[in-house]
Amino acid sequence: MLGKTAGSLFWMARYLERSENNARLIDAGFRIALTRSSTAAAEWKSVLVTAGVNQAFQTAHGDYSSARVIDFLLRDPANPSSILSVIRQARDNARTARTALTRETWEAVNTSWMTLTALLKRQVREDDLPDVLTTIRQQSAQVRGALNGTMLRNDGYHFALLGTYLERADNTARILDVKYYLLLPSVAHIGTSIDNVQWETILRSVSAHRAYRWLYGAEISALKIAEFLILYPQMPRSLAFCSERMENHLAQLQRHYGEETEAWRLAHALSHEKLNAPIQSIFDGGLHQYVTGFLRDIANLARQVERDYRFVE
Amino acid sequence: MLRGKGGRISFFDEMNSQEGETRSPYRDYCGWFEAEDVARIQHKTVQAEALFRTTGITFNVYGAADGDERLIPFDVVPRIISASEWRRLSRGIEQRVRALNAFLYDIYHRQEILRAGRVPTDLIAGNVAFLPMMMGLDPPGGIYTHISGTDIVRTGANEFYVLEDNARTPSGVSYMLENRETMLQMFPELFAKVPVREVSDYPINLLKSLAACAPPACGGTPTVAVLTPGIHNSAYYEHSYLADHMGAELVEGHDLRVVDGRVAMRTTQGYKAIDVLYRRVDDDFLDPLNFRPDSMLGVPGIWDVYRAGGITIANAPGTGIADDKALYSYMPDIIEFYTGEKALLPNVPTWRCSDPEHLREVLDRLPELVVKEVHGSGGYGMLVGPAASKKELAAFRAKLEANPSNYIAQPTLSLSTVPIFTKKGLAPRHVDLRPFVLMSPQGITITPGGLTRVAMTRGSLVVNSSQGGGTKDTWVLED
Repeated sequence: MLGKTAGSLFWMARYLERSENNARLIDAGFRIALTRSSTAAAEWKSVLVTAGVNQAFQTAHGDYSSARVIDFLLRDPANPSSILSVIRQARDNARTARTALTRETWEAVNTSWMTLTALLKRQVREDDLPDVLTTIRQQSAQVRGALNGTMLRNDGYHFALLGTYLERADNTARILDVKYYLLLPSVAHIGTSIDNVQWETILRSVSAHRAYRWLYGAEISALKIAEFLILYPQMPRSLAFCSERMENHLAQLQRHYGEETEAWRLAHALSHEKLNAPIQSIFDGGLHQYVTGFLRDIANLARQVERDYRFVE
Repeated sequence: MLRGKGGRISFFDEMNSQEGETRSPYRDYCGWFEAEDVARIQHKTVQAEALFRTTGITFNVYGAADGDERLIPFDVVPRIISASEWRRLSRGIEQRVRALNAFLYDIYHRQEILRAGRVPTDLIAGNVAFLPMMMGLDPPGGIYTHISGTDIVRTGANEFYVLEDNARTPSGVSYMLENRETMLQMFPELFAKVPVREVSDYPINLLKSLAACAPPACGGTPTVAVLTPGIHNSAYYEHSYLADHMGAELVEGHDLRVVDGRVAMRTTQGYKAIDVLYRRVDDDFLDPLNFRPDSMLGVPGIWDVYRAGGITIANAPGTGIADDKALYSYMPDIIEFYTGEKALLPNVPTWRCSDPEHLREVLDRLPELVVKEVHGSGGYGMLVGPAASKKELAAFRAKLEANPSNYIAQPTLSLSTVPIFTKKGLAPRHVDLRPFVLMSPQGITITPGGLTRVAMTRGSLVVNSSQGGGTKDTWVLED
C-alpha cells in the first residue's frame, strides 16, 4: 500500500470521528445554553476551546452568542474544524484512498458529504438543531457500518481504525483538559458533590451519562467520573479503551508487515504504563498535568505512525 | 446531407428511417420500449442520476467559480450498432491506430515520410507536440499509443468519418463502463431480450496490454501504476476507477522518486519499483528536470530512467504529434504510406488555414464552417459557424487573420441523431462515438462500442461534456 494511501485512510477516519465528536460537543453546549442562559457564554467558550478553535472564533466573531457559536461550529469556512470543513476533508481523503476502500465504504462517505453539505447549506435554526445533530451522528454510524461490514481486515482497515481511536482519545482528553477544574477536589468540593449539570455535560459530551449511572449508581464524584473517562476499559471513549485499541491495531500492522515499529512501542507504553495506575495516584500527581501529558503522548504517537509508515516523504 | 420536405435539412437518425420505420439494430429495443410504462422509465432516470452521484462520477468544470462538481447527463436510451456496422468500424480503427503507431516510430527515427515528401517537414519540426528528445529512442515493445480513442461521426447509413484521433490520454472510458453498469442495474430484463456485447473486460484488457509492454529492467510480474494529477483533476474519478479495477496503485508525482535507476513509489514499507506507468498527465508535466521546471505533477529524473529502459511510460512521450489537428488532414496519406492500403474510414474534408488559399476559402465561407484550434481540445476555442452570431464571426475572423496556422476548418457535418428520453417522449439529438483502443506487441484490442456523446440541447452539434453534452450506453449487437 502507498504511504500516502495509508495516511489518507488514517485521516479520513480521524475527520469522520471529529465530525461526530463535534456534533456531540455542540449538543452538550446547546443543552446548557438552553437551560442556564447565565453560564451559556462560558460553556460555549469551553466547547470552542475543546474543539481547538477558540482563537479562530475570537478573531472572526468575538462574543459568544449561541447562534454565532453554533453556526461557526457547523458551517463556517473560517473554521477548519466545522462540520462542513471536516466532512469535506474526510471525503477528499477518501477520494485519495479510493482504491483502498470498498465501494460501500466510499459511497457511505460520499453520501455523508452530500447529505451534510445539503443540510448545512443555510444557517440552521435552533429548532432544527437537534435533528441536524442526529443526522450528523447517523451519517457517521453509516460509514462505520460500511467500513466494518465490507472492508478486508488488511493494513488499510487498521490504519483507518488507528485514526478513529487516536482522534477519539484526543477528544476525550481535551474534554477532560478543559473541564479538569470542575473535577478537582478543591476545598469547597471536598465531601460535596460537584455541580450536577456540569458533570452531566461532561458525560453527555461523550454520550455516556446513562452508562455512568448504570455503573456507578447515584454516586457522583469527581474521582469516579475521571476514573470512568480515563481508566474504565469497557467505556468505548475512555483513554484506556482507545489506547488499548491503538496498541492492538499497531500490533496487527506489525504482524501484517512483519516489522516492529517505534509507534507500537509508544502505544504499548501508553496503555501499559500511563493508563495502568490507580485514579487516586493520577489525582495526586495532578489531573491537569496528567491529561496534558497524555495529549502530548498521542500527538507524538501520531507523528511516529506517520514516520513509521511513510505517510509523507 | 438529406433534404426533407420543403427543402428543410434533415439528419440521418439511427433509430428511425426517413420512411418512419425502425432501423433493424433497434427493433428488439423498440419492441421492449413500446411495451414499457413511460412513468417507470422516467422514475429510473431519476434513480440513475442518484446512482451516479453516490458513485461520485462527477467532474469539475475548468473555470467554474466554485469548483462545483457536476454530473455528465446520462440518457437511458442506448445507442445501438449492428454487428456488421461494427466489423467495418473496427477494421478501419485498427488500420488507423497501426498507422499512427508506425508514423510515430518513423517520425522519431528515420523520418522516411518526410523524406518522401508526403508530410511537410515544417509541420513536424515547428510543432510544439513534437518531442526532439524522443529521437532514436525505442519505447518498450515498440509501442507509442498504448491507449487511444478514435472519434467517429456518422452522417448516413453507410457514411462514417473519423473526426479526431486521440493519442495522448483519451478520457471517457469510465463512463463507457459505468453507463453499462447503470443500464444493467436499471433494466436487467432488457439484456435478456437484446444480445449486447460485453464491455466490462476493458480494465483487465488494459492491465494485460500494459503488462505486455514491460521494460527491459522488469524482472517477474510487471508492476503497473496509474499516475494522476490528483483529486482536483476533472478526470480523477476515471483515474481511480481504472487503478481500482486493474488492482494497480494510483500514484501522484509526490509518491514517486528515482531510486537505484528505477522509478519507485513510496509504500508503507519503503520504495517499490514501477515497471509500467499509465500516466494521465501531459508530456510537459512528466519530469521537471527535463521538461517544465515548475511542474509539481511529475517525477524528477523519470526521463533518464525511461531512456535507459527502466520504465514504460504509456502513452509514450511525444505521441501528441500524432493527434495534432494540423496533421489530421494528412492521415489518409499517412495510412497509405505505412499500410499500403487506402484508409478504410475517411477523414472529414479539412482546410489548413496555414495555406493562404485554404485560408481565403475559409474566410469566405466562415458562417457555414467549423473552425478549431490546432492544439485545442474539449470543445474550447472553437467556432461553429452556423450557430455563431455576427459579432462572434467577426471576432473569430480577426483571430484567424492574426494567426492562421493555429487553425483548421471543416464543413459543418450533419451528425447523425439518436433519440433521447425526454418528458415529452423520444426526441432526436446529435451524437458522436469514441471507441477505445488498446495496443501492445500482442495486438490491438477494441472494446465493442465505446462512449457515445450526445448533444442534449435540440439542434446542437457540440457533444463535449464541458459544453453541456451528455452520454449514452453504446451497444454493439452480437452476430
